[in-house]
Amino acid sequence: MSDTPARLAVRKTYKLYIGDAFPRSESGRSYVVTDHQGGFLANAAMASRKDARDAVVAARKAFAGWSAATAYNRGQVLYRVAELLEGRQAQFAAEVRSAEGLGARQAEAVVDVAIDRWVWYAGWADKIAQVRGTANPVAGPYFSFSVPEPAGVVAVIAPETSSLLGFVSVVAPAVVTGNTVVALASERCPLPAVSLTEVLATSDVPGGVINVLTGRTAEVAPWLASHMDVNAIDLTGAPAEMAGDLAVAAAENLKRVLRPRADDWTQPPGLTRMLAYLETKTVWHPVGI
Amino acid sequence: MSAPADSRTIAGSSLREFLHGLPGVDQVGAEARAAMLASRSVKTTAKQWALDAAISMIDLTTLEGQDTPGKVRAMCAKARRPDPADRTVPKVAAVCVYPDLARLAAAEVKGTGIHVASVATAFPSGRTSLEVKLADARYAIAAGADEVDMVIDRGAFLAGDYQLVYDEIAAVREVVEGSAAPSGSAGRPHLKVILETGELVTLDNVRRASWLAMLAGADFIKTSTGKVTPAATLPVTLVMLEAVRDFRDAHGRQVGVKPAGGIRTAKDAIRYLVLVNETAGEDWLDPRWFRFGASSLLNDLLMQRTKLATGRYSGPDYFTLD
Amino acid sequence: MPKFEYAPAPESRAIVSLKESYGLFIDGQFTPSADGRAFKTISPATEEVLAEVAEAGPADVDRAVTAARTAYERTWSVLPPRERGKYLFRIARIIQERARELAVLESLDNGKPIRESRDVDLPLVAAHFFYHAGWADKLEYAGYGPAPKPLGVAGQVIPWNFPLLMLAWKIAPALACGNTAVLKPAETTPLTALTFAEICQQADLPPGVVNILTGAGETGRALVTHPGVDKVAFTGSTEVGKEIARDCARDPRKKVTLELGGKAANVVFEDAPLDQAVEGIVNGIFFNQGHVCCAGSRLLVQESVYEQVLASLRRRLATLRLGDPLDKNTDVGAINSAAQLAKIRELSEAGEAEGAQRWSPPCELPVKGFWFPPTVFTGVSQAHRIAREEIFGPVLSVLTFRTPAEAVEKANNTPYGLSAGVWTDKGSRILWMASRLRAGVVWANTFNKFDPSSPFGGYQESGYGREGGRHGLEAYLDV
Repeated sequence: MSDTPARLAVRKTYKLYIGDAFPRSESGRSYVVTDHQGGFLANAAMASRKDARDAVVAARKAFAGWSAATAYNRGQVLYRVAELLEGRQAQFAAEVRSAEGLGARQAEAVVDVAIDRWVWYAGWADKIAQVRGTANPVAGPYFSFSVPEPAGVVAVIAPETSSLLGFVSVVAPAVVTGNTVVALASERCPLPAVSLTEVLATSDVPGGVINVLTGRTAEVAPWLASHMDVNAIDLTGAPAEMAGDLAVAAAENLKRVLRPRADDWTQPPGLTRMLAYLETKTVWHPVGI
Repeated sequence: MSAPADSRTIAGSSLREFLHGLPGVDQVGAEARAAMLASRSVKTTAKQWALDAAISMIDLTTLEGQDTPGKVRAMCAKARRPDPADRTVPKVAAVCVYPDLARLAAAEVKGTGIHVASVATAFPSGRTSLEVKLADARYAIAAGADEVDMVIDRGAFLAGDYQLVYDEIAAVREVVEGSAAPSGSAGRPHLKVILETGELVTLDNVRRASWLAMLAGADFIKTSTGKVTPAATLPVTLVMLEAVRDFRDAHGRQVGVKPAGGIRTAKDAIRYLVLVNETAGEDWLDPRWFRFGASSLLNDLLMQRTKLATGRYSGPDYFTLD
Repeated sequence: MPKFEYAPAPESRAIVSLKESYGLFIDGQFTPSADGRAFKTISPATEEVLAEVAEAGPADVDRAVTAARTAYERTWSVLPPRERGKYLFRIARIIQERARELAVLESLDNGKPIRESRDVDLPLVAAHFFYHAGWADKLEYAGYGPAPKPLGVAGQVIPWNFPLLMLAWKIAPALACGNTAVLKPAETTPLTALTFAEICQQADLPPGVVNILTGAGETGRALVTHPGVDKVAFTGSTEVGKEIARDCARDPRKKVTLELGGKAANVVFEDAPLDQAVEGIVNGIFFNQGHVCCAGSRLLVQESVYEQVLASLRRRLATLRLGDPLDKNTDVGAINSAAQLAKIRELSEAGEAEGAQRWSPPCELPVKGFWFPPTVFTGVSQAHRIAREEIFGPVLSVLTFRTPAEAVEKANNTPYGLSAGVWTDKGSRILWMASRLRAGVVWANTFNKFDPSSPFGGYQESGYGREGGRHGLEAYLDV
């Protein structure tokens, strides 16, 4: 006569992703993440400045290997991430839906665009040098060429409202060219980004290439913006009142700064986000017997 | 390759000119050649031969601060009988120890034909006076070593003082030549010169150091002390094999090659043998001219040998630790 | 009896399941030829028959071109570019999954060593598809304007020396740019192309986007002259390339690219890194049995190091292993056909007759199959046939020079202009030589290096057009 209880779900613990591990915040703190209607979803880790510091160390450590990998290899690795994302379509659609309040079909469409966006960027790895590099016809017996090179460690404040597509759109362009990333996920909807880290951990992306922190933007962003071993920062997800201060802090080591813009994540992204984190190396060599 | 007429007395500047005039080594090309040779497939009867050859070329080594008489005894027992269950396994070429354990090692392998190699000249760093280095070498020989593995002064080499490096090797060579033959061995002890290729870094330096050592009288050139990473690698050994080949062509004297450190698997060892076979040639495929400086390699060779014989993959419990 | 004899190390044939007969691949289906004609393909190492293969006649060519046209208009050019890219990514992945099988099949049908097909051909094949997959939805960045359009139907004819790789060089860019393709593999090496057709089916590629027509010269001519073909791409001999250029000359709409023969000079200076230079010489002319359009078939060695280089070269050649292509230790495989073997023999005899000195390392040739030992001719002058004509076999002609200018002069003294090699430790000399060598590809301190991102093609009678890289897309776009 008593109803058989429905099967109890095994809930996921949402942690940080630093290096190739999933630690909780060293501060032991967490914060409540809700769905678009305010219902409880999870206690996400609340990253501290020390977590941010550790993430930058991991990103720096991974940079030498990742930037030295062949472009072809980076493209292959990133394409594999897309393969794994495709396999988890339904999971991501559900998470995006509950985070952002989209309808079922809308959420699926957003995930499709995110996966295709990832594939688009993967295909740039072995092409950006040909679009951005040059042989320079200098007036003298020299061969001069210019090639793009990755800047180093890029801090990314991910968009606040587009929890998966926006996240993918700000992280992929940095890593495809050889940079490594410390990303601060959306404060209000961090969970799809954390699920993405599970995909990264099971793909061939080396640990430390993409690190993901969750927590309070106001608390963590300034530490990333002022960190002297971070080479560039994307302020896309920083609230307007914070962006200015963050940019001022970034100036201390002349980070390359990407200011927030009115991004429509469904539109083709263009080259801007890849170029923002690329240096240009020009070389000269005499031509003679 | 043009070489100075008298290899033993070379003025400093012409030594430098000679070494800097050697053909360069293209790193990418050398690594590609080593990688291609590493893809050779050595099977069945060839593998059998190679495994036994490799075992017979091992300088079974212990060079730790914590070495004790007990450790050396155990290792020598292993050297004499690598596999207690199988008497067909060849014995190793030599045991290799620090000088203060050479006497003990010599006693343990007496009558077996296994050589006793001792490191010398302030191994592994080589950072002390020439006096101390020569005393170290004399001490090793007096203790019964019939092979001396000396280190070169890498600091002097990298600073361009080739003459100093040359003179030190020549001085140790004199010590080796002047010593009485240890009982049970033929002729004088032989001299291996450790280049410490991991610290020389470039293949051009490896080529130069190889020639320098040979001109100064090395009987063997050896890659590494095993205390620095990277130790032996296939590309480095390739360049050294090319050097000994060219040296014999130019001077008529054959010098041996010993890669040491980091060679842990039978597969690695066989790759080195292929390298020897297709670079310097089969004259070098003999313990007299090619050695492996290794310790854990022996058990992997034994495991592979067992697999060939029984058809089954074996496990570490079936082979003794030394 | 060598001390260290590598035992036989055969790669297993079991991974390949050869059919008794193969049809043409038209509009997504395998079908016999309209008139039922077929021919056999054999293994050049053993002369055994591998399979029977359909021979496409004019009716089949017509049907294939029509299928390609329909697929172009109704499906392929209408698909969003990123979807085209994803098809190519799929194909690339399946090639990787089946790489070993394809490598064994290639070695069986072509005669090249399994080590080469496994370690060089197949990885490059997959890489070509990966690289071009990514261009499909990025053409506006390729430097051809904001919205470059494809041409339509590509008719492509490829040679027997790198069967699957040449297929990749043709099909990947064609499809990435939005064209559909009808491709004819060489008559002696059809099998990997037919397996590629299976892969297209596995990838669910829309029917008609890729069509494979097996056949010989007649089939090729019918294909390139078909009025429904908008773009002709040919890799093969200069002789046939000129015929195609003539055939297509009167149809100004037809875009043509040709990748033809060569007689490349491999220039070794006195300050070259000698051991690597010798490897480069060996790789340049004996890789793939010398069946390489860009082979370094003329060694130009600076006179001051001639003796040293030759001595080193001869010593090195003695370690080359000739034999069963499926043995993993084989360095030099079989000559692809009786016809090619006859040609190599004829030119080698001419070399001797004209006064050059011939040398080969001791080499045991198998009884069955088509084999030629690695051969070096010294005392060669520019006037000799073996210095001017492409032999397309493992035959090296050695000449000397004194100065860089003389090297350039001699290297350029040929109607060909595909590739060249330069060996020296001096950077400025590398660049100086590279700027003066009339060759589409210059390799410095290396040789026979290929990459999908690196444009490849020749000057003068080595053809026109480039394959690979941003430049290679031009051939398949209406620009």
